[in-house]
Amino acid sequence: MNKADMIENTEKIKIKLHKRYAKEKRFKFYGISAIAVSIAFLLSLLINISATGLPAFQQTYINIDVDIDSNLLNLNQQYGEKELFRADYSQVVKQSLKKLFPGVEGRKQKRALRQLVSKSAIYQLRDLVIANPNVINTKQSLWFLARDDVDVFMKGGIDRSLPESDRRLKDFQLVWVDKLVAENRLEKRFNTNFFTEGDSREPEQAGIKGAMIGSLLTMLVTMLLSFPIGVSAAIYLEEFAPKNNRWVDLIEININNLAAVPSIVFGLLGLAVFIGLFGVPRSVPLIGGLVLTLMTLPTIIITSRAALKAVPPSIREAALGLGASRVQTTFHHVVPAAMPGILTGTIIGMAQALGETAPLLMIGMVAFIADVPQGITDPSTVLPVQIYLWSDSPERAFTERTSAAIMVLLGFLIVMNFLAVIMRKKFEKKW
Amino acid sequence: MINIEKREEFDIEIDKTVGKPFVSGAKFSARNVDVFYGDKQAIFDANIDIGKNQIIAMIGPSGCGKSTFLRCLNRMNDTIQDCHMKGEIKLDGEDIYHKQQDPVLLRARVGMVFQKPNPFPKSIYDNVAYGAKLHGLASSKIELDELVEKSLIRAGLFKEVKDSLHKPGTGLSGGQQQRLCIARTIAIDPEVILMDEPTSALDPIATAVIEELMIDLSKKYTIAIVTHSMQQAARVSQRTAYFHMGQLVEVNDTNTVFTNPEHQLTENYITGRFG
Repeated sequence: MNKADMIENTEKIKIKLHKRYAKEKRFKFYGISAIAVSIAFLLSLLINISATGLPAFQQTYINIDVDIDSNLLNLNQQYGEKELFRADYSQVVKQSLKKLFPGVEGRKQKRALRQLVSKSAIYQLRDLVIANPNVINTKQSLWFLARDDVDVFMKGGIDRSLPESDRRLKDFQLVWVDKLVAENRLEKRFNTNFFTEGDSREPEQAGIKGAMIGSLLTMLVTMLLSFPIGVSAAIYLEEFAPKNNRWVDLIEININNLAAVPSIVFGLLGLAVFIGLFGVPRSVPLIGGLVLTLMTLPTIIITSRAALKAVPPSIREAALGLGASRVQTTFHHVVPAAMPGILTGTIIGMAQALGETAPLLMIGMVAFIADVPQGITDPSTVLPVQIYLWSDSPERAFTERTSAAIMVLLGFLIVMNFLAVIMRKKFEKKW
Repeated sequence: MINIEKREEFDIEIDKTVGKPFVSGAKFSARNVDVFYGDKQAIFDANIDIGKNQIIAMIGPSGCGKSTFLRCLNRMNDTIQDCHMKGEIKLDGEDIYHKQQDPVLLRARVGMVFQKPNPFPKSIYDNVAYGAKLHGLASSKIELDELVEKSLIRAGLFKEVKDSLHKPGTGLSGGQQQRLCIARTIAIDPEVILMDEPTSALDPIATAVIEELMIDLSKKYTIAIVTHSMQQAARVSQRTAYFHMGQLVEVNDTNTVFTNPEHQLTENYITGRFG
């Protein structure tokens, strides 16, 4: 090549160079805009959910001076705990409300008056009296949960300017609420109920503790089953199973296919096999965990195998060369080296299981359960199903609780992913 | 690389290994060894003895089967699917491919150092102690400490790492890592050490250190080394075997091979006409 040719080549390259850089810039722009769009979507989702859900973390309480009159309670001179339990607390609450708003007439209005306060007020009062019978025949200033309509109004969810017929609170009720506000008898507090109570038909009493404990127990069952089974299967398939064997290939293809099976199918399987054949009780964390184990296993097996495969073969050779057996090589060196990947895969699988609803519908975990489960054989529901149930309820207060529950679920997922990152960092070894 | 097959001048029939493939009092003796990867034959009828307390160098162009042959000597090829061998390899007169021969025991007797330094992602101490722990060679912590120290001293690494025994072995330099791997191998006190291009990933200074170490170790151990560097083979080994396309062309004293090769192929290779 002579000098003239070389100069010509440089010119040619220069012309192309401009195009090449333009291409690079374009590609960079596509990438950044794709990320920007997804961040925008994510943000709008989070903002939307937070805006709807945040009010649920506050709850309106109503202050009433209660005259705990033994006559109203319908108590005789002699009474034990049994009588106290059966006493007529609703009368006390009713009369106390009447005193607050004298001059309320008519059945409809009287009923509306009672409905300022949550039904739970009766139980709150009962618990107070049973715990401390000395309060009978005294006057107490007590804070009760406000009814959901009042609560929603206090949080600005009901528009005063709407025609009365379109409003959940009628004009006369608004007058009462205004009076209560003026007397400082309405107060918004942090909604501890939401975290300490089970589900309820009344939005103001409904909490997610039952669903949270249910989710926790279900995850525990899933974890205890799917981690050892999945990791063992992955280790066997990757390290010990004969390669290029027709049966192993068949199993591998099936595992890969199972990962793509719609989750509701696993629910049907659980219904038919675990409940139908083995008689596992329905609606309990045990069956939920079993079904979710089936669902998570392919994920765990596939990610664990990938992690095992990524361990450099030189480590296996080093151990074998020193006279370690295959099992020793696998468990002393390969599995520890693959641990970060295995744990990440497991946690991702668990996070998937935590957010799963469809298969649980099949096995009865969609039932309305107000009690907090005490063990893996107590009927319970889980967070995503609770969200599904609440989203079905028409009450405005349930809408905000739905979003709040979603926030809690997202919180759990973020924590789990964070855990995955920490684990990976902790177990990661440099080669 | 030159395509050997297309050049007629190298297309020379190999009937029989020339030179002196057999020695008396051999540590290893291989007879009629054929190795296959699936249907592909990698080694054709290799016959060779490896003398005790000697260094034998195996040289030859890439893909000639020298590493494959080396890996037959401690049955590392067993771990490769589809790889099987025919023939007979005896270690001290004992067939190592006999059904009753345990490959795990064999590998404790025949250690191996690999091309790329491959310390375990553990501390330097644990790297050296692993084999000993595995085979129960040390009965107490003190004994194990001594063994680790002794092995590191023999591998010429102790001075450099004595203050960082519990730091990861993977944090060492390439040459140090390779010496760590040698220390790890001699910690289980094998009879033979196989080295598969142990210095190909190292710089000349680290290479010189390892070569010195090899010569030192050969007083106690029998060493078989695969190398691409003819200078290295000339520097360290007593005998040299030349492999060509799966065939063992020539085995002889190193001096003879490099000064007066018997076979045309050997001469072509060592004079740098291909390879």
